[in-house]
Amino acid sequence: MALLKVEHLEKSFGGVAAISDLSFELPEGIVFSVIGPNGAGKTTLFNMLCGFYTPDQGRIYLQTDRQHPLHQMATHNIAACGVSRSFQNLQIFFNMTALENVMVGCHLQSQSSFIASLLRFPSVLKEEQQVHQQALQALQFCHLEHLANERAESLAYGDLKRLEIARALASKPHLLMLDEPAAGLNDTETQQMSQLIRHICAAGITVLLVEHNMDLVMSSSDQILVLNFGCLLASGTPEQIQNNPAVIQAYLGGDI
Amino acid sequence: MKRLSGFYLLSFSILVLPQLFPDNYYITVVGVFAALHIILVTGLNLLMGYCGQISLGHASFFGLGAYSSGILTTRYDFDPWLAMLSGMAIVFVIASLIARPVLKLKGHYLAMATLGFGIIVHILLVQTESLTGGPDGLGEIPMLSIAGWLIDTDIRWYYVSAVSALIAILLSLNIIDSRSGRAIRAVHGSEFAAQMMGIDTQKTKVNIFVYAAVLASFAGSLFAHQQNFISPDSFSFFFSIELVTMVVLGGMASTYGAVFGALLLTFLPEFLIVFEDYEMLIYGAIMMLIMIFMPQGLFKGLGEKIKQIALKLNRQIREQS
Repeated sequence: MALLKVEHLEKSFGGVAAISDLSFELPEGIVFSVIGPNGAGKTTLFNMLCGFYTPDQGRIYLQTDRQHPLHQMATHNIAACGVSRSFQNLQIFFNMTALENVMVGCHLQSQSSFIASLLRFPSVLKEEQQVHQQALQALQFCHLEHLANERAESLAYGDLKRLEIARALASKPHLLMLDEPAAGLNDTETQQMSQLIRHICAAGITVLLVEHNMDLVMSSSDQILVLNFGCLLASGTPEQIQNNPAVIQAYLGGDI
Repeated sequence: MKRLSGFYLLSFSILVLPQLFPDNYYITVVGVFAALHIILVTGLNLLMGYCGQISLGHASFFGLGAYSSGILTTRYDFDPWLAMLSGMAIVFVIASLIARPVLKLKGHYLAMATLGFGIIVHILLVQTESLTGGPDGLGEIPMLSIAGWLIDTDIRWYYVSAVSALIAILLSLNIIDSRSGRAIRAVHGSEFAAQMMGIDTQKTKVNIFVYAAVLASFAGSLFAHQQNFISPDSFSFFFSIELVTMVVLGGMASTYGAVFGALLLTFLPEFLIVFEDYEMLIYGAIMMLIMIFMPQGLFKGLGEKIKQIALKLNRQIREQS
């Protein structure tokens, strides 16, 4: 069954079409990669999927227990439907510890109100312990538990990349979108990232991946979609994409 | 227990001080103002320090609270406590109404909008003479009493305002270490990421703005009953700036820092009086020096300095032995 359905999506910025007439379906339970040269519209697509941009035209549906029209929703409501993401340029809460960052990720898993928190009712304390536990588990999943009480600003770049993923996982999403998780990582770290992505998928979370590192894409994806100038160029398994002449032309240029 | 150890220490010293120094002007008279300032800055610090939103009109909510109490008790014979609650309700409504459009703005634009609101309230207090008494002020505001216990002496006011300030500090400490507190800090850290974690950032900002405003209204009511006389000058733009200065000097995003800032800026002018004509000059210079050498605020800055000195002493002792 398709978890995400994108129909005739369009978005342009001042006459430049970033995405034009894009339709695809994302099956549940797989790692699905979106690749393409710089400026192909990958990040624009991500930003529309999470409600940061409103599409000019087209529809986006998330199919969990019922159908959610994401193209009409605000970002925090989309998150409540079970979509979470990491960011290409880090969006860490640098004013908190690593653990607190992940505890923010548990926001949707808890419900203490403003007034209850102000007066610190016993129910708040109980929930606080649960959130603490959940956050620690998410940190452990991303191998960051030893850094739990460090200030986020003191973490290394590779750790911050994983911290973003831990934070997103803490919200228990159906769909996790990763925007260039390997950018700036060395080979060992990239390999670890590839393993982490497979682990996330094995835990039953559908992963939508945008990445420039082809080793990571080819080793971790089940399906790949290629964008070029905002249009769908090809889609298929990693082998199919690697042997697709149109894709090779788009990446290398020139005649075939 | 550990979370609140600083709070217990602070409570103990605040409540014991007047026993050690009875009838001390700095404690029982200036102390009341310090306590009111603490109530104001704990709210403002949540908004500015933790949530990253600026307000240059916070004195207006203090003023609205004070005038609600003043007008309702003198002109409509309200019970002082009922007037205080009515004031908080009025401010709750006004703050909720203006927060929604205003908090869509960011940075300088938000500063301008809140500044504008503060000026409007000040002008209204001056101009609606039939209600507020205009620039001449509003007098004969009755005293407060708690179950027949009339709060009529300096020392009684000290205890009432000190306990109120301690409650404000406790509420602030509670909220920071909670789901809502993390949401507030997340808005400061990255609004986009906060939304992606399911936080309604607009609602979060409005909540904290309204909370700070209602707290300011409460402080305003206390101020009106303590002074028995209020005039618009106490609630001008300059007082808003002074409150912001307390938060920044003490240290943003630290409740104790803001409390420290409030204490400092309340007591400093009192001590600088000995310099007579040079008072404001030295006051300004001290503020500049603090910001240049401790941009993270006095509270954290001094803490780090003390830590450094302690480490150095420790090393020297070890080298000698």
